[in-house]
Amino acid sequence: MTAFLQSEFFHNYCRSSSAMIGSGLMAFFALAVLIGPFLVAQNPYDNATLNLLDSYKPPMWLEGGDPQFPLGTDGQGRDVWASILYGARISLFIGLVAMIASCTIGTVLGLIAGFYGGLADSIIMRIADIQLSFPSILIALFLMSAVGTGIDKVLIALTAVGWVVYARTVRGSTLSEIEKEYVQAAKVAGLPNTKIIRKHVLPNVLTPLIVIATIQVGTFVLIEASLSFLGVGVPITKPSLGLLIKNGFDVLFSGLWWTSVFPGFAIMMLVFGINLFGDFLRDELNPRLK
Amino acid sequence: MTGYIFKRLLQMTLVLWVVSVIVFLMMSFTGDPVFMVVPIDATDAEIAQARRLLGLDQSLFVQYGRFVTSLVQGDFGNSYVFRQPAMALILERLPATLEMVLVAMALALVVAIPLGVYAGANPNSRISRTIMAGSLLGISLPGFWVGMVLIFLFAVHWGIFPSSGRGDTAEIFGLRVSLLTADGWHHIILPAVTLSLATMAILLRMTRAGMMEVNRQDFMKFARAKGATRRDVLYKHGLKNALIPVITIFGLQLGDLIAFATITETIFSWPGMGKLLIDSIYRADRPVIVVYLMLVALIFVVINFLVDIIYTLIDPRITLK
Repeated sequence: MTAFLQSEFFHNYCRSSSAMIGSGLMAFFALAVLIGPFLVAQNPYDNATLNLLDSYKPPMWLEGGDPQFPLGTDGQGRDVWASILYGARISLFIGLVAMIASCTIGTVLGLIAGFYGGLADSIIMRIADIQLSFPSILIALFLMSAVGTGIDKVLIALTAVGWVVYARTVRGSTLSEIEKEYVQAAKVAGLPNTKIIRKHVLPNVLTPLIVIATIQVGTFVLIEASLSFLGVGVPITKPSLGLLIKNGFDVLFSGLWWTSVFPGFAIMMLVFGINLFGDFLRDELNPRLK
Repeated sequence: MTGYIFKRLLQMTLVLWVVSVIVFLMMSFTGDPVFMVVPIDATDAEIAQARRLLGLDQSLFVQYGRFVTSLVQGDFGNSYVFRQPAMALILERLPATLEMVLVAMALALVVAIPLGVYAGANPNSRISRTIMAGSLLGISLPGFWVGMVLIFLFAVHWGIFPSSGRGDTAEIFGLRVSLLTADGWHHIILPAVTLSLATMAILLRMTRAGMMEVNRQDFMKFARAKGATRRDVLYKHGLKNALIPVITIFGLQLGDLIAFATITETIFSWPGMGKLLIDSIYRADRPVIVVYLMLVALIFVVINFLVDIIYTLIDPRITLK
């Protein structure tokens, strides 16, 4: 622990205000999704706790606001603040799980492509090339339109667009690693290929993935929000932040801005925090830029 | 060069073929479009009849054969909803999307390049840090939400700009263009600003990174040493060399803008092909979705191809193999 506190990484972290703000925002959202739902009295998806008489209350600092609902309420009398806490849970869950799945699949495919080369390499990399020439939002939109709504389907669509970047990065680093002497030595020592990949190559290709993975969570949260906004993302029973915005959009023209503006602000802050911290990590982990 | 172009054309055809297979397979495994064309109270015989008419009763292989044959012939079938050729529907809406994308791109370039050059030339100034933080915020914004906030502020609250639609259009070369009328400009501002923000932020960051990279090189020192003005050093010597990676990103961003236009068009009820795509997804209008995807795939491979060619034109050091 003291080693960490004295490290250059920690020193730079303390000096970088963007890293502090970024990690602060991330910590805030982590806390909000973990314990947030216990802090609000209302469960927005338990109809028993809703009261239609509370519908469309403005934020508490405006006329007609109610301190019980700090950010106002929606048409069903749901507390916007509580909805954000529950919605951020779904958004972050999707972003994290899809990132882990993309990272795992992409890393395995990248290792296979880089280590074995040949036909496997050609096939995997051609698929990656074709996929990379299309914007991920469009591929995800197309997949969702084909398979229908649902959290599991959003996860599949995000993973399908997310693995490519890991596969390419890992393949590149693997190609340079297997030329090095320690891998050659392991080969000469007669270790089976799977063991060389797992014990020797894998640990040495992981570092660049940390930055990609961090930023990808933010990207996934944004893509998921866009899909849900278009109505092909999460189902109505599991409203993520994006779906909250969509629901709020329907009443925006009546001047009821708080049901859509606050959830959007939450997404912005979450993704901004992730990007700030990701930028800091990129500078730290990439010595070439120093 | 000719050899390279020939090879690339072959690759592009291959990519389009792969896309056609994927599109076809995904479309075949999902939903049953027959229910989109028969009335709700149709009898089994009528449903079977409709299925035969659409060719849905044949094997996947035969269906794909017919699908590709008609694709090559430029016949994409009729929309289930509009009962008109799907291709015509998309082409009719293509100009609206393209003009929004072009205005957004122009806006992004005009803002991003000067700010990026400034931030790259003065990396430690307070203004540069603010610009960079702003650009990071631009990447973190959900685009559709920005559109909504703009609608609320400028259309609902202040009533300065219209919230939806395309406004008056004027006809030029048989295309309906709204950039020729004042009302058209009035309508395009909000959607174009919404669409441009993310691209603006990314181009800005690329320009800055390119400038910082270039600034370290000897020819920049030399240009300063020979007494060229600061402006000339930055824009004539620096920017020209910093722009090379920006052009790749520019090509990719053009693709992204077309994709994100679907969302922006939905928010602003902009009658472009993106809105048509979303509407068609809701209505399971397969032929329209297929045309959209194939057309967009074609646009993307052509953009990628052009970017590679432009590379060689602006940087003679790059040779294509």
